[in-house]
Amino acid sequence: MKDQLYEYILMLGDNAMILGHRLSELCGHGPNLETDIALTNISLDLYGQVRSYFQYAAELKGGDATEDSIAFLREEREYRNVLLVEQANTDFAYVIGRQFLFDAFHLPLLEQLCNSADTQIQAIAQKSIKEIRYHHRFSSEWVKRLGGGTAESHTRMQEALNHLYPYTKELFTETEIEAAMRDNGKGADLALVKAAFDASVESVCNAVGLTLPEQMRNYDKGKYGIHSEHMGFMLSQLQYMQRAYPNMQW
Amino acid sequence: MVENAVHIENEKVRKALFELSDPEIPVLSIMDMGIIRGVEINGDKINIKLTPTYSGCPAMDTIATDIKLALDNLGFITDVDLVLSPAWSTDWITERGRQKLEEYGIAAPLEESMDKRALLHGERLVKCTRCGSTNTKMISQFGSTACKALFQCDDCLEPFDYFKCLK
Repeated sequence: MKDQLYEYILMLGDNAMILGHRLSELCGHGPNLETDIALTNISLDLYGQVRSYFQYAAELKGGDATEDSIAFLREEREYRNVLLVEQANTDFAYVIGRQFLFDAFHLPLLEQLCNSADTQIQAIAQKSIKEIRYHHRFSSEWVKRLGGGTAESHTRMQEALNHLYPYTKELFTETEIEAAMRDNGKGADLALVKAAFDASVESVCNAVGLTLPEQMRNYDKGKYGIHSEHMGFMLSQLQYMQRAYPNMQW
Repeated sequence: MVENAVHIENEKVRKALFELSDPEIPVLSIMDMGIIRGVEINGDKINIKLTPTYSGCPAMDTIATDIKLALDNLGFITDVDLVLSPAWSTDWITERGRQKLEEYGIAAPLEESMDKRALLHGERLVKCTRCGSTNTKMISQFGSTACKALFQCDDCLEPFDYFKCLK
């Protein structure tokens, strides 16, 4: 039981950490200063949430586990994030598309977790949801701006959605752990999250004539630790310091 | 406004905490910021409950260290706990805190519905901290720190930070 809760916390934390890392790669590379600052601020919010999740996970795990050992010293197969958040920063439309699809999932997820039977999950969700609302607003507006902008920006936004949207199937494919957490009231009901996700994604896309591809991908094993080829590269960068200098502190 | 939410009997401790500030906003005491949730003194031990503004606020660790140093210097054995619930909102900033922000050049948060109108619908409601005009516009939804947005005054042209309403 305790192990399932631990794994569930990892799923929540890993999504935020890997997306946060992808966004941090954009530091100094945003299309303009304001957007650069916005994307790295979003990354910072996500990392703040990761710390809360992993501090809790370390407590559940006990022994000499710390937030850092959980973040930096696991093997690739032990990371529980979905494939969507690993996808590369191909161009700005991809960055915005990935953010938008994740935010549209993250917001209703946290809305439910605000009422989690687990008081720590509840506290983290209540803290984080205010930040996520702001992210969702930011990414929705950019989808509208790119989708309703020039022919070029519309095409690029559509291409990004064509590539990224099929990965969203995994968000709602419930694992055994998620089912158990839904049953005991600590986790979210993904069917309800999906209903809210569909409504918000469709309303934004319809507003600017973007269409959603029908073909979904069957790559849905991220939550089980089976990742895309991006993951190894990202972890080698993320974990470099702790691997090279074990237990180092700033 | 959740003013004077924390009552501190020990005058020295009270003074020390009022002198500490967020390194990103040096004019604003952590007490006026409303991020101290509890002070418990037990003999020579003192426990401080600190709550973050934004989860990823990089100033949090520095603030916790500053508190520990300041109170250790008063002869206490200090323990700082981070508490998440109830989540901080801009309502925890005291009236004096809001004034200090304005004097420093950061516009204080508007009430929630006004804040939304200014941030989402481009209405001109945020008062310029230099000339007081509300003929201002948002330049960037995210500012120099997570808690602020960047604004500019169209009358005196001053660019300034606006402390976003967080509910």
